[in-house]
Amino acid sequence: MAYLELEGVAKQFGAQTVVDDFSLAVGKGEFISFLGPSGCGKTTTLQMIAGFLDPTRGAIRLEGKDLTAIHPAKRGLGIVFQSYALFPHMTAAENVAFGLEMRNVPRGERTERVRAALAMVGLAGYEERHPRRMSGGQQQRVALARALVIKPSVLLLDEPLSNLDAKLREEMQIELRQIQRTIGTTTVLVTHDQNEAMSLSDRIVVMSQGRIEQIGTPQETYEKPASAFVSQFLGKTNDFAATIDRTSAPARLIAGSWSAPAPAGRSGPVTISIRPERIDFGDAGLSAKIVTRIFQGNHWLFQCDSECGPATVIRQNDGRSQPVEGEAIHLTWRPEDMGVRGVA
Amino acid sequence: MSASAEERNARTPWALTAPALMLFVGVLLIPLAMTVMLSFHDWGQYKGIEPVFILKNWHEIVTDPYYAEMFGRTFRIAILTTLLTAVLGAPEAYILNRMGGRWKSVFLLVILGPLLISVVARTLGWALLFGGNNGLVNKLLMSAGLIRAPIPFMFTETGMVIALAHVMMPFMVLSVWAALQRLDPQIENAAMSLGAGPVTIIRRIIMPQIMPGVLSGAIIVFSLSASAFATPAIIGGRRLKVAATLAYDEFLNTLDWPLGAAVATLLLAALVLIVVGSNALIERRYAEVFR
Repeated sequence: MAYLELEGVAKQFGAQTVVDDFSLAVGKGEFISFLGPSGCGKTTTLQMIAGFLDPTRGAIRLEGKDLTAIHPAKRGLGIVFQSYALFPHMTAAENVAFGLEMRNVPRGERTERVRAALAMVGLAGYEERHPRRMSGGQQQRVALARALVIKPSVLLLDEPLSNLDAKLREEMQIELRQIQRTIGTTTVLVTHDQNEAMSLSDRIVVMSQGRIEQIGTPQETYEKPASAFVSQFLGKTNDFAATIDRTSAPARLIAGSWSAPAPAGRSGPVTISIRPERIDFGDAGLSAKIVTRIFQGNHWLFQCDSECGPATVIRQNDGRSQPVEGEAIHLTWRPEDMGVRGVA
Repeated sequence: MSASAEERNARTPWALTAPALMLFVGVLLIPLAMTVMLSFHDWGQYKGIEPVFILKNWHEIVTDPYYAEMFGRTFRIAILTTLLTAVLGAPEAYILNRMGGRWKSVFLLVILGPLLISVVARTLGWALLFGGNNGLVNKLLMSAGLIRAPIPFMFTETGMVIALAHVMMPFMVLSVWAALQRLDPQIENAAMSLGAGPVTIIRRIIMPQIMPGVLSGAIIVFSLSASAFATPAIIGGRRLKVAATLAYDEFLNTLDWPLGAAVATLLLAALVLIVVGSNALIERRYAEVFR
C-alpha cells in the first residue's frame, strides 16, 4: 500500500511542460531520490508535493487523501531547502521551535522537543546561536532539526547538501541516512549528485526533461540502466555499436573483433553498454590502443581508442603491471556484464 | 633607497586622494567652520556684523520660547513624516518586490519618477491639489463622503507632512526594498511549510528582517525632512516656519546672519546627534540580521 502516491502528475508553465506524466508510489519509511540534471523537473515535482506549486494535471495522495486540496501550511510536511532558509533573526532554538509554536505545542513540551531535536542532529549546546554565526554544516543541521521536530509525515529534502564541501557532504550523507533510519520518516530527496542518490536512497527516480527515465534501487539503476540517459548519468559507461547476426547458427552478437553468443530477442544493429570497471585487458577481443593512462591511487583510469570508438577502462591497482600509453591491447568483458539496447 | 621607497609608498594614498580631500575641505569643512564661528558674532540693525565672540545668539535661541516652538515643529513634522513614509512605504516595497518582471519595472518607475522632478515643482503640485477649500483633495474627500467640511491643508502642519511624505517616499521604499532583496527567496515557503499563515509570516518572519531597512530609511527620511526647505516654505508659507526656513529668513530678510548661523548650527548638531545615536542603537539591536 502506497503511502505517498503521485499519479500522472504534470506541470506546465505557459506552453512549456516542465514535468510530464509523473507516477510514483512511495512506501512508508522509504527513502527515495529524484535524480537528474538541472532543469529535469525534479525540484518542480518536490514543490508540487510541498504545495508551493499546483500540478496542472494528475493527483498527489498521502495515505489515500488528496494532498493538493490541502493548503501547504496544513500539509504537515518537513522541508529542508537548498539555501536552508533559516530565520536569521531567530536563534537556532527559536528556529526549531517555530513549527511547534504554530501547532500550539505547550511551552514546556516545546522546549523539551527542541532540545531533543537539536541533540539528535548533534547541535546540543548551540541553542542560543544565531544562524549567521554558524557554519554551513551547522546551519544545515538546524534546518534538518527544524523540519523533523514537527514529526512530518514526509520529509522533503531539496538539494540539502549541495552547498557543503566534499568532505562535510560525505559526513552529512552518513548522518542523514542514520537519522532517517532511526526515526523512519518517509523521505524524498532531490539531487543532481548520483553518488548522493546512490548512497542514501532505497530507490532512485532518474529524471530527464520532465519525464521519469527509470525507477529502481541504486543497484538496479546502475547495473541495468533502462536507457542510454540513465547509463550515462549514473557513473561512467561505454556505449558501443554492435550487430546481432541471426543468419549464422548459433546467432552471434558482434562488436568489432569481439563477439559472443547473441541474447534472445533482438536482431540487427544494437547498442551495447559496459561499465568501465567491468572491462578487462585480454589476448583477444575488441582491439584498441591506450591513449592516456591516469593513476588514481586505488585504481588506474585508461582512455582507449577502440575499433568501436573511444572507451574508458578502470582497473583495480592490484599491484600487477599495467599497459602503457600507446600500447595495442584487446578489450574483453563477460556477456552478462553488458547491457543491450535497440538503436534509438 | 628602500626607506625612501617606503616613504613614497606611505605618501601615495594621500597624494591620490588630495584632489578629493581639497574639494571636501574647501566646500564643506571651511564653510561649516565659518558658519559655526559666525554664530558667535554680534549683529545690530545699524552696525551690521561685528566679529566678536559672544553667546548672545545662543542665549536667545535657548531662552526665547519662539525658537523652541520652531524646533519643536520641525521635529514634530519630521517624526510624523517618517512614520507616514514607514507605514506606507514598507508595504509598498513589499508589494513591489512580489510583482512580476514588467509590472515591477513600471511601478519602480512610478515610485522613483518623482526624484527626477524638482522638489519645488512637486510641492507646487501639492499646493494646487490642496489649494484652499475648493482644492481637488477636499472636493474628492467630500464627494466621497469621508469629510463634511473641507480640511485646511495649505499653511498647516498636516499639509506639510503629507507633501513631505510624498517627496520622501522613494527613499523609504528603496531602503526597504534593499532589505527585501536580502531575504532568502524560500523563507516564506519555509515558514509556510512549518504551518504559518500569511499574517504570521509577515509579522514574525518578514517584518523583523526588513526592520533594519525601515529604520535606515527612517533615518534618511527624518534627517531630510527636518532640514527640508522648499516644501515647508511653499506649503507652510511665511508664518508656519521650521528651522530651515527660519535660518533662511534670518539670513535673507532680517539680515541677522549670526542668529541664522546659530539656528543652522543647532539644527545640524541636533540632526547629527539623532542620526548617529539611532544608527548605533539600530546596529546593536539588529546585529544578527545585519551580519
